[in-house]
Amino acid sequence: MESFDGQSLSWELKDGVIELALHRAPCNEIGSLTLDELEQFITVLEGFKDGARALVIYSEMKAGFCAGADLRELYQQSQELEPKDAARGVRDYLERIHRVLNAIDASPLTTIAAVHGVTFGGGFELALVCDLIIADKMARFCFPELRLGLIPGFGGIPRLKRDLGNAVVRDLLLTGRSFNATKVQQVGLVSQVVAEGQSLKVARATAAQLGKFDRRTAAAAKKFIKPIPYEELRREIDIFCELFAQPAVEAGLRKFAESEDPRPYLP
Amino acid sequence: MTIPKQTLEEIMNLAATHFKVPREKLTPDDDFFKTLGIDSLQALDLLTRLEHHFHIELPDYELQGVSDFRTLADRIQARL
Repeated sequence: MESFDGQSLSWELKDGVIELALHRAPCNEIGSLTLDELEQFITVLEGFKDGARALVIYSEMKAGFCAGADLRELYQQSQELEPKDAARGVRDYLERIHRVLNAIDASPLTTIAAVHGVTFGGGFELALVCDLIIADKMARFCFPELRLGLIPGFGGIPRLKRDLGNAVVRDLLLTGRSFNATKVQQVGLVSQVVAEGQSLKVARATAAQLGKFDRRTAAAAKKFIKPIPYEELRREIDIFCELFAQPAVEAGLRKFAESEDPRPYLP
Repeated sequence: MTIPKQTLEEIMNLAATHFKVPREKLTPDDDFFKTLGIDSLQALDLLTRLEHHFHIELPDYELQGVSDFRTLADRIQARL
C-alpha cells in the first residue's frame, strides 16, 4: 500500500517521500480515531524504510498543525467509567500514543514537521518527535497542560529536555505561555521559519535535498545524535497518571469540555 | 504609563489592514473582538502579528481579559 485516505489523516508515498497529512476538524485533536489511524500508519512505516528517505507531517486544517489531545473525548470517556477503569484507560491511551511517537522518533527516515498556526500540547509533542521542524512565521507553540492540572503526556518534557536548555523548558511548562515561531527558532527547536503558507513547500524542498545523501549514512547519523529518552518517557506516563487522579484535573477537564468555545485550548 | 499615540496608531492600522476593517471605524476604546469581528484564534493571530511588527515578545497571559486597543497598546508599550 502506497497511500491511505482515512477520516482523520491521509498519507502517500511519492518519489521516496511519505507525506502524512492531518485533516480532522477543527484542529487535528488527537482522539481515539486519530490514534487508530496513526497506529495503522506506523505499522506500514516500518515497511517503507527501503523505499523512502523522508517523512513529512503537515496539517490541512487552516487553524493549525495540531491542538493536541482530544480532551473532550478524554473527559467524556473518563466520566463513563469507574475511576479505576478511567485511570487504566488513560494509561492505555498514553502507552499507545507513546508507541506511535517513539516509532516516528526512532524511524530511520529523516522526518520533518511542517507546521503552521496552532501547535499546542500534543501537537507540539508530535512536532518534537520529528528531526526537523519547519515553521510558518505565524505558527504558535505552547504547552498549556498546567492549566488543567496536568503535565504534557505525549513525551513532551523528555524531548524538550533532549533538545533544549532547561531554563527554556521551565519557561514553556511553568508559564504555559505560547511562543511564536521566531522565538522557537531562537531557542533552537525550529530549523527554518518561512513565510505564511510556505511551510509545506519548504519541507518538500528539504525532503528533496535529503535524497542526495546515502540513506544508511543518514540513518546512522540520526541514530547517533538523537537518542530516545525511553526511561524518562516511562516516568512521564507515571507522573501524568498520578496527576490525572487528582480532583483538580477532573474540574479542569470539565470546564474545558463544557466550554462552548470551539477552541478552548486557546489562552 | 502614557501610551504614545504612535503605538496605538500602529496597532489599529495593522488590525484594520489585516482584518480588512475600515481604519476610521476603529477607536482606542473599542472592544476589538467586536469591531474586528474576530474570535480567540484570530486574536492569537493578531498577537503574533503584533509581536513581529514591534519585534517584541508578548506573553499571552498578559492579554487575558484585554479586549480594547488602548490596554493592548499599554501592554505592548511596556515591552518596547
